[in-house]
Amino acid sequence: MLLIHCPHCGPRNETEFTNGGPARSTRPEDATHLSDAAWVDYLTVPNNPMGWVQEKWWHNRGCGMWFTIERNTVTHQIQQAPDHVG
Amino acid sequence: MSDSRFRLPTGGRIRRDRPIKFTFNGQVFSGFEGDTLASALLANGERLTARSFKYHRPRGITGIGAEEPGSFVELLGAQQSGNQPITTVPLRDGLQARSVNCWPSAKFDLLAINQWFARLLPASFYYKTFMWPNWHVYEPHIRRVAGLAHAPGTDQVPGIYETRYWHCEVLVVGAGAAGLMAALVAGRAGARVLLVDEGEEPGGALLGRRDRINEQPALDWVNSATAELDAMPLVTRLASATAWAYREGNLVIVTERNPTKPGIFQRTWRVRAGQVIIASGAIERPLVFHDNDRPGVMLASAVQGYINRYAVLPGRRAVLFTNNNSAYEAAADMLAAGIRLTAIVDVRPVVPADAAALVPGIEVLSGHVVESTSGRRQLNGVRVRTLQGQDIRLLACDLLAVSGGWNPLVHLFSQSRGKLRYDEGLSAFVAAQAHQASRCAGAANACFDLPSALHDGASAGTAAARDQGFVVRPAALPTAQAGLAPSTQALWHVEPARASDKAFVDLQHDVTVADIHLSLREGYGAVEHVKRYTTAGMGIDQGKTGNVNVIGAIALAQGQPLDKVGTTTFRSPYSPIEFGALAGARGGSVFLPYRHTPITAWNQAAGAVMYEAGARWRRPGYYPQPGESFQDTVNRESLAVRQNVAAYDGSPLGKFEIKGPDALRLLQMVYTSDFANLEVGMGRYSIMLTDDGLILDDGVSFKLGPDHYLMFTSTGNADEVYRHLEHFLQIERPHWRVRITPVTTAWSNITLCGPQAREMLAALGTDIALENSAFPFMGLRLGQVAGIPSRVARVSFTGELSYEINIPSRHALQLWETMIEVGKPLGLTVVGSEANHVLRVEKGFLSLGHEVDGTVDPIDLGMGWILSKNKADYLGKRAVMLRRASGRPRRELVGLLPEDPVKLVMEGAPITPQGDRQASEGFVSACVWSVVAQRTVALGLLTNGRARQGETVFIRMKDEVVRATVTTPCFYDPKGAILRG
Repeated sequence: MLLIHCPHCGPRNETEFTNGGPARSTRPEDATHLSDAAWVDYLTVPNNPMGWVQEKWWHNRGCGMWFTIERNTVTHQIQQAPDHVG
Repeated sequence: MSDSRFRLPTGGRIRRDRPIKFTFNGQVFSGFEGDTLASALLANGERLTARSFKYHRPRGITGIGAEEPGSFVELLGAQQSGNQPITTVPLRDGLQARSVNCWPSAKFDLLAINQWFARLLPASFYYKTFMWPNWHVYEPHIRRVAGLAHAPGTDQVPGIYETRYWHCEVLVVGAGAAGLMAALVAGRAGARVLLVDEGEEPGGALLGRRDRINEQPALDWVNSATAELDAMPLVTRLASATAWAYREGNLVIVTERNPTKPGIFQRTWRVRAGQVIIASGAIERPLVFHDNDRPGVMLASAVQGYINRYAVLPGRRAVLFTNNNSAYEAAADMLAAGIRLTAIVDVRPVVPADAAALVPGIEVLSGHVVESTSGRRQLNGVRVRTLQGQDIRLLACDLLAVSGGWNPLVHLFSQSRGKLRYDEGLSAFVAAQAHQASRCAGAANACFDLPSALHDGASAGTAAARDQGFVVRPAALPTAQAGLAPSTQALWHVEPARASDKAFVDLQHDVTVADIHLSLREGYGAVEHVKRYTTAGMGIDQGKTGNVNVIGAIALAQGQPLDKVGTTTFRSPYSPIEFGALAGARGGSVFLPYRHTPITAWNQAAGAVMYEAGARWRRPGYYPQPGESFQDTVNRESLAVRQNVAAYDGSPLGKFEIKGPDALRLLQMVYTSDFANLEVGMGRYSIMLTDDGLILDDGVSFKLGPDHYLMFTSTGNADEVYRHLEHFLQIERPHWRVRITPVTTAWSNITLCGPQAREMLAALGTDIALENSAFPFMGLRLGQVAGIPSRVARVSFTGELSYEINIPSRHALQLWETMIEVGKPLGLTVVGSEANHVLRVEKGFLSLGHEVDGTVDPIDLGMGWILSKNKADYLGKRAVMLRRASGRPRRELVGLLPEDPVKLVMEGAPITPQGDRQASEGFVSACVWSVVAQRTVALGLLTNGRARQGETVFIRMKDEVVRATVTTPCFYDPKGAILRG
């Protein structure tokens, strides 16, 4: 079980959090002008990189804060990341 | 009852003043406090204690601790539990145990006939043979004969299971010489230490040996060390506690089997440690040769332990077979205890002089091996030869002590994703590179002799404390005499004389060297494949004694070094853990607690039958009155709504306040409808889609003010909707200025519905103008109801005139009770979710989970109008359009009228062409007795259903086919004049 550092509450068990996916938006800004194939790609092909990723976590069973961490998908290492907005 | 013929007159750590009677396989024996089931049975001369898993060969006791691969027992009575290694069961008064895997008894086992057919039962025999028609036909029968213990008959244990969370700077696993030393050093430095040990008493390997520390018996030092640790306020020490899992973030899971607190059966500790010191010791490897599984073949260290710790002689006339020096120390203890040692068979061509010096006068056959054993139910002799096959001798003995070298216990280290390397000199895998803040110490770190174990423990304790920021002052180490260097010569197995010989690498799963060779021949060459093909190492013991021999056998056959073969993955649990210990106290209703509205207690007192209404909310299903059938009650409640006035508790509905300049933008994005022209004080029903175009939720949102909305969601989906909204805002539109506050439990909801609802609300007393022009359908008004500040909304789930009175939850019961009193003259009826279900089916209103199942979109439900064409984009729009573009037929919402008007159809029943047994073209989503139609009515999803009105379709039930007519999905007030009235 991961130990995740909530900026507000400190280190807490993974079970208190919900993963919010990649730290930055993946939804195309303009859905209307995208090709069908590109849209289906967005809906059905999730990015799943090996190594360091920046992702959002939601402390929904704690303080309710959203924050960004850097996590290594291979080693489970976690380090703080500057909160990316937008 | 046997006497203790094999018990030494003095010595051991047993309490001879406390005899214990126990039952094994129906026979009564006696032992002493401090015994294990294994030591007590050995003391009674019981050698045959089990039958093997597959061939039902006689098996005895091989080890002395958690490594035991041969004998497993099932405990009966109050302590009932399955598949315990016989060596780890402490003797208790009244203990009842029986061997697993034999019938009717271990001595007379009818299934032992399997051993005569052994040639027909090679590895993977079961999977290959029982393939037609499929494995599941045979599985129960095979489980019975090849099975393990029975599942306990009841779920009663003496006491409760408990879970405890723990945080410490240093966790030390193992209270042997190294672990105690590490804990002492870290504890003295001021660290918060948790020391756990799986034994009943501390000391580890020292308990089974005659070592000396500081010129005193080593156990005196153990006692003073534990006394010092127990006096430190920041040190916690657990006995009978196994650390069985090592997870990410230095989380180690420990289960304590005998907590000191009365009433607690087992306690599981989830320990987050700054540093972990793994001082779990080492396990001796057996040697592999023909018939090496006969009762009487035992690990040399186990023989030594039974003598020293339990004052038990595992045999009287012994042969010792070894490839290293440690067995000579065991041999010296055997001699001291009076065991006749016929010979020492040592595979090494030259035996070091310091080892030979420990056993003066004993014949040492260097360069020799044991080729095979003889005996029926127990060992009576061994056949010895040189490594090359000459000089064959038969030696009579009732005990064969074997030592194939030592495996440091790297299970936890490997689970922590630490890297191992193969050490050629030790013929063992040792810890190489840590992945987390952990280190091995002592024998687990291949420091086998006592001075180096003490030193290594102190070093690990020092390093761990320093890494946690403590200052550690150097201190003198206890002194101990250096032991022999291991000088191990790898011997993975003795070449069998005949191909049919059975040399076991995994005693528990009956896996032989020949099985491994078969696996390699059939192309399963990787170690993980060999494991799965042969099931070696997949037993309860997880191959603690056997796995390295398996790797050695593969390496020999493939002609490559062991580190190229590699190990299989070490998995948790290290030793068997009960399901109860995993669940802890989270059983029954505590597993997922119920949610209650302020009206729950009133409802229960009123005799309501309570349902779970999604998201663990408890809601009344119906309120039966004396003499009523279920249908009578639902009809009475439904008619009250249609003809008079009724009330229900709608508090579980999800409620969210949405505020901020971008509140409207958010609604426009997450709902399908256009909210742009919504006026303050009005609401709009809409549907929420996920981006894949499927329905997430439906509900009404009201505009309370500029930039301020109140959103209602369905009960079961409130949490999911909140997650969905927050996710969109936080990830996709973090710059939007809008905040969502969940107010589901802050506001309770009491709904009045029926033709007299307006009169009822007026009777309660309100300052809100109620006439239709002032307070129209879909309006929301703020004001007082019965003196309580309220938000009253005119929405309807029943199709009748309806007012949802939202009040702060602390006032809910007061308003409810006032309403009951005031409503008496008006004939107010309280109704439950069953009546609600009937009324919404009559109206054809959606219910998520019935008509909406994760495959339908709004157009399927005949709600294309709810997809706004004004908005360029909203979540799900593009996906709905894409799906429509394919032109494939869709299942559409229809009404269904069974031809037999009193026939109730089961929800979920499939609709098939002609009612034949073939692919369905839809299903019945709901079917009720309609109080307005006075017949049964149903809703369903049917392929191209809207174009098929008037057609007859066929609903397949279990025993019959029901014919029904397709109609529009609304059976009452299709124009909605009543609910707007």
